[in-house]
Amino acid sequence: MSAIAEMTETVPDVGPSAFTQFERDFAARRRSARINWALGSALFFMLFFASAWIGDFFKITQVSLPDGTRAWRWIIGAGLPRLGEYVEKTLPVLRWESLGADFAEWFWRWKIWLKLLVETVLIAFMATGIGVIGGFLLSFPASRNLTPNKWVLFITRRLLELARTVPELVWALIFVFAFSVGPMAGVLAIAVHATGALGKLYSEVNENINMAPLEGVKASGGTWFDQIRYGAVPQVLPNIISYTLLRFEINVRSSSIIGYVGAGGLGQEFRTAMSFQEYTDLSALFIIIFLTVAVIDYGSEKLRHKMIGMGERA
Amino acid sequence: MPDSLNLINVSRHFGNTKAVDNVSLDIPPGQFVGVIGRSGAGKSTMLRLINRLIDPTEGEIRYGDRVVTQLKGKALRDWRRDCAMIFQQFNLVDRLDVLTNVLIGRLAERGFVSSMLMRFTDEERTMAIQALDRLDLVPQTLQRAGTLSGGQQQRVAIAKALVQQPRIMLADEPIASLDPANATLVMDGLRAINREDGITVLVNLHTLDTARAYCDRIVAMRDGRVMFDGSPCQLTNDVVRDIYGTEGLQEFNEAATSTQKVAVMA
Repeated sequence: MSAIAEMTETVPDVGPSAFTQFERDFAARRRSARINWALGSALFFMLFFASAWIGDFFKITQVSLPDGTRAWRWIIGAGLPRLGEYVEKTLPVLRWESLGADFAEWFWRWKIWLKLLVETVLIAFMATGIGVIGGFLLSFPASRNLTPNKWVLFITRRLLELARTVPELVWALIFVFAFSVGPMAGVLAIAVHATGALGKLYSEVNENINMAPLEGVKASGGTWFDQIRYGAVPQVLPNIISYTLLRFEINVRSSSIIGYVGAGGLGQEFRTAMSFQEYTDLSALFIIIFLTVAVIDYGSEKLRHKMIGMGERA
Repeated sequence: MPDSLNLINVSRHFGNTKAVDNVSLDIPPGQFVGVIGRSGAGKSTMLRLINRLIDPTEGEIRYGDRVVTQLKGKALRDWRRDCAMIFQQFNLVDRLDVLTNVLIGRLAERGFVSSMLMRFTDEERTMAIQALDRLDLVPQTLQRAGTLSGGQQQRVAIAKALVQQPRIMLADEPIASLDPANATLVMDGLRAINREDGITVLVNLHTLDTARAYCDRIVAMRDGRVMFDGSPCQLTNDVVRDIYGTEGLQEFNEAATSTQKVAVMA
């Protein structure tokens, strides 16, 4: 007897009781969903409150009032005006009558900054290049479906984790210690971190591919490398390009701060400006970096969408 | 000097199920063998065992004096080149062009560097074009494989198998995803290769009429065991009914993919 025949035959008999059963089950499911929601929300707010408590968000601090007396105030209320003070210090004096001269004074180190800006972008470019090569090569042994054996999987995965868990700034400190101050330390620091981050992203792409083409290559007598080159790489290439461009944007941001520890690029100027209390320099540098990152963001997004579009048409 | 392929008490277990159960076959060179049986009868597993995509739990496969089940490394890859395999889902690389897909059949001959750079010789490209020409696919040579129809993709897979210059061709349900007209083209292609090049063909099928129309010899499997092994005229409906029951006979005769009806009409 077919399934449909079975249904049409039995529904009239058990109909009413089936509906009652459904209503009972449905009510029970709604009830348990509501309880889960309430429990989940309570847990979330408890954790959030505890984190805020440990993070000193409820701290009461002593402040000086304008008349010189001391008073106890909530830390957020006491700190916000100081934030405004700091931002105000970084603002340059710009007058309409002498706008050109004021701008020239604001960006007085523009020759040095321009040179360092170029250095910053080049550090990011080279580090992305090295990171792509490293991440690409390691992503295949680090993919569960492609790895030749579980030891290789374990070792490459731990390696990639090590590379990306250590922040760029820490890698930079290590490389500055080893190779002295300069852009090379910055390139290496960002490259190592990018290798870890990209290797992870690429391997996630690899794990979603169709394995049939690889089997086809294997059945023709191809090696493991042949299977990867012919079966896997053509499938993952559009995604790899897209993630690479995204990483370049991130690396420009990183390379603009990494000079703070002496690893080349604009970052060293932040440090100089802060220690000499040249507050208006900070806003000038901020504008330079903001504009650069915006331009690169825009350009690489355009390029990326083009790539993805190409991938979909294929 | 072509050798014959021997399966000696070959078994393959997956957990508690015996996908292939103590199969012994002796296939002389140049034969066109059809393997029939319902899905799950162990047909695919048997072909994969021969190509060594999977290893047997017990038993031995020999080709002449080569012990296939003991091959490793380069010798194993050479064996896979010698017994080309065609899949139900074609297993081509959709994003590569047809020419490169066919040249994948030459990878066993290439060194590491030239293979990674996708560099092939003019002779190899000529071989590939000749193979494509035999299957009427030269106009599609530079198209991406993914843009072709199912029937065309399966013929690309046969061209790829041809440039391997194999001794044996294994075809795992090559026409199960194709319409009757394309199924006929693919089966005719396999027959031409068998007759003109003297290549042994081992093809899994699930329709009786196709098996009867093309094969010199039919092997029927059920639950991993060989239930019948003989010529097509020995495999009468009575024999099929004995092996698979009345339901089984109906299933085989009414299966959707059929080459014969079209062949008769054309």
